[in-house]
Amino acid sequence: MLHLIGLWLFCAGLWLILSGYFNIPLLLVFGALSCALVVFIAWRVEKADPEDQPLHLKIGPQAILYWPWLVWQIVLANLDVAKRILDPKLPISPTMIKLKPTQHSEVGQVIYANSITLTPGTITASLSDGVLEVHALTQEAADSLLEGDMDRRVTALERSNA
Amino acid sequence: MTWLIDLLSGLALLGGVFFVIVGGVGLLRMPDFYTRMHAAGITDTLGAGLILLGLMFQGGWTLITAKLLLILIFLWLTSPTASHALFKAALADPSNSQPLLHKEPPSSNS
Repeated sequence: MLHLIGLWLFCAGLWLILSGYFNIPLLLVFGALSCALVVFIAWRVEKADPEDQPLHLKIGPQAILYWPWLVWQIVLANLDVAKRILDPKLPISPTMIKLKPTQHSEVGQVIYANSITLTPGTITASLSDGVLEVHALTQEAADSLLEGDMDRRVTALERSNA
Repeated sequence: MTWLIDLLSGLALLGGVFFVIVGGVGLLRMPDFYTRMHAAGITDTLGAGLILLGLMFQGGWTLITAKLLLILIFLWLTSPTASHALFKAALADPSNSQPLLHKEPPSSNS
C-alpha cells in the first residue's frame, strides 16, 4: 500500500514538472485523476504478474555516493575514447571478457550491466546465469573492469538498498 | 553575473558539439560494427550531456531546467539499454561477422 502511495506521489510530481500548470484547479484535478488511474492499473498488473523483486529505488547514502562517481567515470572514459579516436594510429585493442558480478539481486546486476554499457569503451553483450559478457574497446578498459572497482561499488549500493 | 553564466553555457555547448563531432569521426574510423558502437557511445553520454548542461545554464532555476534534467536522466537510462539490445541482436545473427579481437582466444576470468 505504501509503495502505491509513493508511486502516486512520483507520478504527480512528474506530471507537475512536465505540465507546468500550478494554479488551474481543473487541470490539477485531471492530473491527479490520471495519476490515480496509472496507480490503479499498476496495482492490477502487480496482482496478475507479481515480480519476486519489484524495483525499489531508495535514495540512501550509497546512492548519493555512487551516481556522482559513475558520472565522473563516464567523463574519464569519454576523454580516453575521444583521445583514441583522434589519434592517427587509432590505438584500440578490442577484447571480449567474461565477468562474474557479485550482486545477488537482478536489479543490482542490471544496474551493474547498464553502468558498464553507459561508460564509453565497454558494452555488455549478454547477462545470463550470473555471467556478464563484455566487449571492451581497449585492453585497458577490460583490465579496469576485471579489477572490479565498479562491481564492488554496485554491490555496496545494492546492500544499502536491501 | 549573466556574462559568467553565458560563458559557462557557451563552454558546455562547445564541449558538447566537440564530443558529438568526435563521436561521428569515431563512427567513420572504427574498423567494425562493434567498435563503432563504442564511438557512438560518446555522442549520447558526454556529447548530449554537455549540450543539455549548456542549455540548463540558459534556463536558470526554472521549469525548463527541470525538464532538461529529466531528458538527461531518461536518455542516460534508456541509451545503455538500447546499446545492449543492438549489440546482442548483431551478435545473435550468425550471418553477421563476429567482433574483431586483437588477440585469440579472448581472455576470460571467473
